[in-house]
Amino acid sequence: MNTPHPSAPAVRAEGLVKTFGEHRAVDGVDLEVHRGEVFGVLGPNGAGKTTMLSMLATLIPIDGGDAQVFGHDVRREPHLVRQLLGVTGQFASVDENLTATENLWLFARLQGLGRAEARSRGAHLLEQFDLTEAASKPISAFSGGMRRRLDLAASLITRPPLIFLDEPTTGLDPRTRGQMWTTIRELVLEGSTVLLTTQYLDEADQLADRIAVIDHGLKVAEGTADELKSSVGRSTLQLQLADAADLPAAAELAEQLLGEAPVLSPESRRVNIPLQRTDQSIDVLVALRDRGVSIESVTVQKPSLDEVFLALTGHDTGGPDSTDDPGDATGTDASPSDQPTQMEVSR
Amino acid sequence: MTTTTPLSTAPPLPDLEQRVSLADTLSQTFTLAWRATVKMRRNLEVMFDVTIQPLIFTAMFAYIFGGAISGDVSSYLPLIIPGLIGQTVLTACVATGVQLRTDLDSGVFDRFKVLPIARIAPLAGPMVADMLRYFIAACLTFGVGILIGYRPGGGFVGVAGSIMLAVVAGWSLAWIFTFFGLVGRNAQGVQGISLLVMFPLTFLSNAFVPTETMPRPLEAFANVNPVSLVITALRDLANHGEVTGAVGWALVGCAVVVAIFAPLSVRRFKKL
Repeated sequence: MNTPHPSAPAVRAEGLVKTFGEHRAVDGVDLEVHRGEVFGVLGPNGAGKTTMLSMLATLIPIDGGDAQVFGHDVRREPHLVRQLLGVTGQFASVDENLTATENLWLFARLQGLGRAEARSRGAHLLEQFDLTEAASKPISAFSGGMRRRLDLAASLITRPPLIFLDEPTTGLDPRTRGQMWTTIRELVLEGSTVLLTTQYLDEADQLADRIAVIDHGLKVAEGTADELKSSVGRSTLQLQLADAADLPAAAELAEQLLGEAPVLSPESRRVNIPLQRTDQSIDVLVALRDRGVSIESVTVQKPSLDEVFLALTGHDTGGPDSTDDPGDATGTDASPSDQPTQMEVSR
Repeated sequence: MTTTTPLSTAPPLPDLEQRVSLADTLSQTFTLAWRATVKMRRNLEVMFDVTIQPLIFTAMFAYIFGGAISGDVSSYLPLIIPGLIGQTVLTACVATGVQLRTDLDSGVFDRFKVLPIARIAPLAGPMVADMLRYFIAACLTFGVGILIGYRPGGGFVGVAGSIMLAVVAGWSLAWIFTFFGLVGRNAQGVQGISLLVMFPLTFLSNAFVPTETMPRPLEAFANVNPVSLVITALRDLANHGEVTGAVGWALVGCAVVVAIFAPLSVRRFKKL
């Protein structure tokens, strides 16, 4: 009775729907997360990622479609599903009135650990997440990163086989984000299945085996990070020349080599050269040196999340209230907000 | 990351429980009650309604109404002190609902909801902790009463018995306000509905005046009002030290309130 489908996927959702009044926050999403993988749900603010996760986590009712966790129906067997889940995120945080130690003790006791076991498990998790020094400080004194680590620790008390991470690094500085990624990778090595949502292509790229792109409650694409990026477009070699007079020569050279005219921005002495393969950047650079063209800076840029979105959905990522019509998407310039820079050289 | 999926290292799934046992439900409730007491200790201002209020109200009501209702203050005290205990505990119950509403909006409640725990535990836990507040309110009211000349005929045992009854009654009646806490959209709304319910429950009872002086329909309500039943029982215990039928009726009244509002609350909580 406990495991009716021994080979059932960690998560299977079919036609998942959530409506808030007229608004269809999640509009018929299919999802299959295999055991032991990291599955990333990528989408802008307001795309329906958190709503979808909340439904799968039994937190809010499912309005349409079906969902199973390890073969257990989320709607009919919520109590069984809850025993298989650890949830961390914008929802499901820790208690601000308690210290870190008290929080872990609380959640351990609630999940049936004995007093001694709860204490030692809590201490072990605090050590694992590098929070021992802050163990008896009030949560209000925690930094964003410490807070996220404690959130994550609290959802790992029973070593759940499936972990939901809702935007685990949103708002964290790059160093803390890197630490969080390391932690998530370690979880996977222990055999946990991870379903994470993120706004960052970079993060999905770093962590996820497979990615689903969600927009306006719909799944617009699914695949590995490489599949998504190659479906979206190519890298761009961005050059800034020392002398604006060299621009026509550089453009001509690039067109000869690659068969496609680059985009010029004479006022900033820039040339943007589309690449089929990143390797081609070297050919261009060598040719420019042979021609004696002096370069001030070199950047190879992969498609940004904005570009992925533009290609997949016909509009940019926008904000939470972006109800702009698809034809409005004129901002094709790569935004510098995400940093998918692969290589950066300065003279 | 393009590593292959390490299917073979996935640990076996844990054994699952079909439902939460009664013992686990109790343990979860007490764990959450512990959390509520820690919260109380760190936010002592939540104790105002069970400390300052009994001190002021007891003296005020005794001196203002004593002469008018019972001829003099000292003969009014046996009537008003148990009545005020009922009133103060009911006020403290309103705070129980308002605090639940505030708590529901914090992220930690969502974590409680996704844990495999009994649905009643996050509601009943804080209510168990609030029994401490009802206890403080009852003790202080008796204390002030005794200071201004109340001599309970039931002696120590009678007073102790009525304090215990007040605490149990507080826990039971708090289910009404817990339900409102789950229905209201925000803390102010909950406070609003709760006060609208609390005032009739308090004043359409025998807390301050004998019910015979009321118009018949009001008297009829006042006589079956669970608050009246509890206050009659408190008077019997404190003033006479007797476990009368009134005590039985008070417990029945409390049980009826719990039987109605606890299932309603849990059902509502599941849908939130």
